Amino acid sequence: MHELSIATHIVAVAQEEATARGVEVEAVHLRLGALSGVVVDSLLFGFEIASQGTPLEGTRLLIEEVPLTIYCPTCEAEVELAGIQSLRCPRCGELSGEIRRGKELEIVALEVKD
Amino acid sequence: MTKTPRILEVRANVLKDNDLLARSLRERFAQSRTLVLNLVSSPGSGKTTLLRQTLLELSPRYRVAALVGDLATDNDARRLAESGAPVRQIETKTLCHLEARMIEEHLEGWDLRQIDLLFIENVGNLVCPSSWDLGEDLRVALFSTTEGEDKPLKYPTLINTADIALITKIDLAEAVEFDHEAMYRNLREIRPGIEILEVSGKRGTGMAAWLERLEGALKAKRSQH
Ligand SMILES: [Zn+2]
Repeated sequence: MHELSIATHIVAVAQEEATARGVEVEAVHLRLGALSGVVVDSLLFGFEIASQGTPLEGTRLLIEEVPLTIYCPTCEAEVELAGIQSLRCPRCGELSGEIRRGKELEIVALEVKD
Repeated sequence: MTKTPRILEVRANVLKDNDLLARSLRERFAQSRTLVLNLVSSPGSGKTTLLRQTLLELSPRYRVAALVGDLATDNDARRLAESGAPVRQIETKTLCHLEARMIEEHLEGWDLRQIDLLFIENVGNLVCPSSWDLGEDLRVALFSTTEGEDKPLKYPTLINTADIALITKIDLAEAVEFDHEAMYRNLREIRPGIEILEVSGKRGTGMAAWLERLEGALKAKRSQH
């Protein structure tokens, strides 16, 4: 389960950012792409374990899931896909390898104590 | 009275440490002109057999080496060392994938300028290695005909990061009624245009094309400098 090692990195990066700003974290906002290969439940569980004994113990991990979005050259538009097993445009049926969103694995915000 | 939480905007890639390290490895491999391959597959895909054969066939003409990720035993590393190429094992213990820092650690003492092709055999797993860049030039996903043509559908993330799909144990295709067309379609639905090669490490089928592909990539890398 690589979610545990990813959670360890989340804790470390969030703490690093908090320390740099001199703040105490209450919650971590994470943006997670559908194609990131990370399972949300496993990650939440991993975060609980990884944060134990760190300043982030007891904080929440809030996950915003980002659907896979491709650019379809035929439709000349960005198209959101329902799944990740086919990069075919649902409007016109064209395959497109141009991924615009859906690979995210990034911390986007920290909720902090006043 | 409800207190609105104070939110600080942050933009931080969770795996930035690994990505930075992978970038510096990539620079080192560029300087030494070493072609680096990251081989990813399920256990039992025939990866070790294929790699052993690849090392054997390349070693008369090129300087080859391998790093082998394994949970514990060094069986794979020992089998590979029979080829005569320098082989090191990376024992990952509980970790289900290789990370850039492990590559860096295990390269210590090796003169990269003396290595033309470096093969990294990732831990047998098609999920976890996807997120971790190792500084490789080519990521090769191996699927054996015995795993069935639906297998790629279960691992879209990995396929989407792969440069080449290598279908192994092609000598067994007929016996297991392997559906080539379905396999190609499944791979290309997830990674349009992905390069697909078919090999049998045991029988040698397709080995010439695979080796030619590697030599071509090495030549291309050398001509960049
Ligand atoms: Zn379209």
